[in-house]
This record gives sequence, structure tokens and C-alpha cells, in this order.
Amino acid sequence: MHAEVTERGKTMENRLGIWGWLGGGRYGPERYAYALHRVAGMALLLYLLMHIVVTSARVFGEATWRVTMAAVAHPVFRVGEYLVFAAFAYHALNGVRLILVELGIGLGRPAVPIYPYVSSVRRQRPLLIACMVLAALLLLLGGLDLFLPTR
Amino acid sequence: MRETKFWILHMAAGLVILALLGTHMAIMHLGELLRLVGVGPGSPIEFANVAARGRLPIFMVTYIVLLAAALFHGLFGLRTILLELTLSPRAERAVTVTCWGVGVVLFLVGAWAAVAAAFLLPGGAS
Repeated sequence: MHAEVTERGKTMENRLGIWGWLGGGRYGPERYAYALHRVAGMALLLYLLMHIVVTSARVFGEATWRVTMAAVAHPVFRVGEYLVFAAFAYHALNGVRLILVELGIGLGRPAVPIYPYVSSVRRQRPLLIACMVLAALLLLLGGLDLFLPTR
Repeated sequence: MRETKFWILHMAAGLVILALLGTHMAIMHLGELLRLVGVGPGSPIEFANVAARGRLPIFMVTYIVLLAAALFHGLFGLRTILLELTLSPRAERAVTVTCWGVGVVLFLVGAWAAVAAAFLLPGGAS
């Protein structure tokens, strides 16, 4: 995963490769949620780069705008846009979780480990569950919206 | 130290995006549901509505802020992922320069569109 610096100051070879990105090892579902966060993030970035160019068509007036919107009106694009919404909902809520964990919010105070120990990873579990339930709710609402007639 | 500052900026940009893109996504993808409960706006991609929004200074500024935050957050995130491959210093530099290049060019395109839409469309402020 991360580059490790040796005593000579040279970086070690990354032996994990792609698994270093996607594998969670013993870190549990939080680590896999993080890997999926990155996949969703890259998909959103790809969409953003195209979205900037496509929506700039508005500057050239109504005719150009209509042609551009007609080009992306096919049901395939509507499903694609739902997937973008799904990626956003997941990335946003998991991102909130990551920021909270990064800042140590909601994890409780550090304490002397007295048996039976409570892993810090387990302390994050309710946060993961809450964020995923909210993301699932947004996916359901977005899916429902997709099937409502456009007015 | 500089990387730490960029990382904090990455998180801050994420929060800006959460608020602005959250609103955008709610209007675009939950619009029909919102209209069912009487709070949704008209069709957001109808040209008359697109043009009317674009002429409002608050939208122009918001578009540019969201554009900058989204490009920085996205491209810095991509750079972080790529740098985990333990690249050579030269390759790391190439990734950084490419991300900056793509970001600046697309920021200029998007910011130009936001400003031009406010001033050049029929009935614009100019």
C-alpha cells in the first residue's frame, strides 16, 4: 500500500500491486468500504470531466443546448445518470464517515485497554452501518424518482 | 507539510461539495419526488430555466466554487491513489503536473461557461 522508506532513504517496491488498493486484509468491512469509495470517486471524476464540457453547451444558445440534451436523453443515459447518483450517494456518505473517523469524532475517548478489549475498528462499526443505511435509502429514493413520470 | 495542507484542503473541499453537489443531486435526481410534496422547482434542464439560473450572480459564483472544489477534490484523490503505486520521483512529478494541467484547463472551460452564461445569453446582465 504505502511506500515504506528504508534506512538509505530509498522507497521499497510495492509488492501488493492492485491488491494493495482493493484488499482489506483483516481490517474488515471499513477497509472494503474505503476501496469502493475510491472506485466510486474515480467514476465520479470521469463523469465530472465530461459533465463540465457537456453543460458548457448552454453558452451557445438554446438550439445547441437542445441538441446536446437530446444526445444524452436515451434511456441508457438515464440509467447511467442514476448510477452517477448512486456513486455520489455512496461516496458522499462514506466520505462523511471517513472525515469523522479522521478527526476522531464519535469514536469515544482513548482509554486504557482492559480485557475484554474493544478494537478501535469496532468502535467505527455503528458509523459505517448508519452511513450505509442512509446511502441505501437515497439509492431507493433515487430509483423511485427514476420511474416517476417527468413533469 | 505541504502534502498535509493539501490533504486538509481535500477534506474541506469534500464538505463544500457535499453541500453544493448534494443540493444539485437532490434537484436533478429526486426532483419528481420533491415535486410530489410540493417543494420541487420546474424542469431543471429546460433551457429557459438553465438560462434564468445562469444569469443570477449567486449561481455564477456557486458554479465556480463547486467547479474548483470538485476538480481539486477529484484530481487530488486520483493523484493520491496513483502515488500509492510507489512510483519513481519522476513519474510522481508527471502525475502531479498532469493533474494540475487537466484541472486548470477544465477549470478555465467551466469558469468561462459560468461567466459567459451570466453575461452573454439573451437577456443577460451585459
